[in-house]
Amino acid sequence: MIVLHRFASLLLAAFALTFAAGARAQLTIEIIGGGGTAIPIAIVPFAGEATYPYPLTEIVAADLNRSGLFRLVDPSGVNPRPARAEDVRAGDWTARGADAVVVGNITPQSEGRVEVRFFLVDAVKSTQLAGLSYVVAPSQFRATAHQIADVIYEKLTGDRGVFSTRIAYITKQGPRYELVVADADGYNPQSIVTSNEPLLSPSWSPDGTRIAYVSLENRKPVIYIQSLTTGKRQLLANFRGSNSAPNWSPDGRRLAVTLSLDGGSHIFLINPDGSGAQRIMTAPGIDTEPNFSPDGKSILFTSDRGGSPQIYRYTLASGTVERMTFDGNYNVSPRHLPDGKGFVFVRQDGRRFNLAIEDFATRQVQVLTQGDLDESPSIAPNGKLILYASENGGRGILAAVSSDGRVKQRLTAAASDVREPAWGPLTK
Amino acid sequence: MSKQHLATSRFGLWTGIALAALLAACQQNPPAEKAATVEERSVTPGGGTGATTSGTTGANVAGTNTGQGNPLHDPRSILSKRSVFFDFDSYAVKDDYRPLIDAHGKYLQANRSARMTIQGNCDERGSREYNIALGQRRADAVKRMMLLDGATDAQIETVSFGKEKPRNAGHDEGAWAENRRDDFVYAGE
Repeated sequence: MIVLHRFASLLLAAFALTFAAGARAQLTIEIIGGGGTAIPIAIVPFAGEATYPYPLTEIVAADLNRSGLFRLVDPSGVNPRPARAEDVRAGDWTARGADAVVVGNITPQSEGRVEVRFFLVDAVKSTQLAGLSYVVAPSQFRATAHQIADVIYEKLTGDRGVFSTRIAYITKQGPRYELVVADADGYNPQSIVTSNEPLLSPSWSPDGTRIAYVSLENRKPVIYIQSLTTGKRQLLANFRGSNSAPNWSPDGRRLAVTLSLDGGSHIFLINPDGSGAQRIMTAPGIDTEPNFSPDGKSILFTSDRGGSPQIYRYTLASGTVERMTFDGNYNVSPRHLPDGKGFVFVRQDGRRFNLAIEDFATRQVQVLTQGDLDESPSIAPNGKLILYASENGGRGILAAVSSDGRVKQRLTAAASDVREPAWGPLTK
Repeated sequence: MSKQHLATSRFGLWTGIALAALLAACQQNPPAEKAATVEERSVTPGGGTGATTSGTTGANVAGTNTGQGNPLHDPRSILSKRSVFFDFDSYAVKDDYRPLIDAHGKYLQANRSARMTIQGNCDERGSREYNIALGQRRADAVKRMMLLDGATDAQIETVSFGKEKPRNAGHDEGAWAENRRDDFVYAGE
């Protein structure tokens, strides 16, 4: 039985290779705007690195560069090249304008594995900030590089890095739609769902093992949950009318969804197995785009109960509803910041649709983007970067902006429209 | 992170992809009814995705009990017209479309076994999910009028495609106006 299962799995895996998203869905990420004060850092190629086909320190450097918060300092010309913290001569690096230096070495272990040791040194104070080692197979160098970049990012900025996270997005090429999951740097795109009908609204479960999404394959919006670990798909909601806008609660026990089984569009809470659908508000009109707060106690949503689409907050314990946006006639797509202190949303201003951020305490709004058709924000789990959909030259692209509006990225896929990004959770 | 863990999860992921691909392939075959939106205009220009997948044509008259010359497909009959159009961010039904809606409502009343889906649509601007809700509103608005004409609730399902199935893929006001619409599709079409 086990042998048969393995064989079938191998067969399916081979089959799967033909369905892998491949180059067409791979994202290319470019920085088009940097943060104000970037930390100058030198990343010295690790001793022994050249032996392996995977460019470990290049990936670390690319991660830090892409965050917009670091400026890479050329490490060449320092001889001998340091490979351990004690080999670093701080003066060499401050002379080059670097505040921090990363050095390391790779030594073979048994069974084809290696030990990767790296050190982060404060060049100004001449102190070691971090020193870690990983025993891995070289095939895992991408993941190891992301972990190293996370450590460096956290030590130098105080915030958790998101280089080891994954992002989901939807591509459209002609009539073909795909839900793709890739590393946060765009590598390793994997096609999770393909369809000849539109897919939208991917939503990660808090533990990162499942993605809920909306499919029009039944000629109406229906919500499914796809398991990333088993590959199985489960129907969440196919009630009469439209079913859409899934959003997981932070404890993963329920989802908020928009159903029209009562007529109109209203928000329901529902169990992941599709049972127990329960409407939460009674006001007439459109209620949609529910978004749970990080503490699970409230839900931001879009409603036109006041005459135009605006953002409101529903508190679960009391059932009270409070309006959150007052400027302009079209404020939609609320997404809580992970620290719970505010939310990102989309506002229309004249002919344009842009991302904005509102602080709960001050109620102040800052506009973050300047495109024509910006939509579908998704916030990185460290709250520092916001992915969203935009358009460029008539094509759908993704873009990213930092929460203070300064860092800007553009993410494109060759030959496909990209839309509907969803940033996955931090890996534990 | 150990090597073992990563290998297993990647293996699981590959297997998962395969299963997902197979599942998606299974799901792509539509159910018995074909997926055409019958339009009074010509087929959309290259790149438009107004009609759904199956590339179908044909006057399949299942689901009705009329004889030859089914008025639903007779271009001389108002019943062959199947679309109602809306203003931006609005679901108000304009008076111009009253006769069309009443004709379909009365047809449903006279043909109790007839079933219809009203598909609501929006132009490309704004949130995808808000547009699903707005399209739903547009579909519900017309259904309400047909119920007043004597159709029953069970005869009409309302769904929304939001901005996902534009009839016109352009990015100007003309295209947008064409996309802000309800389409009526009878069962069996």
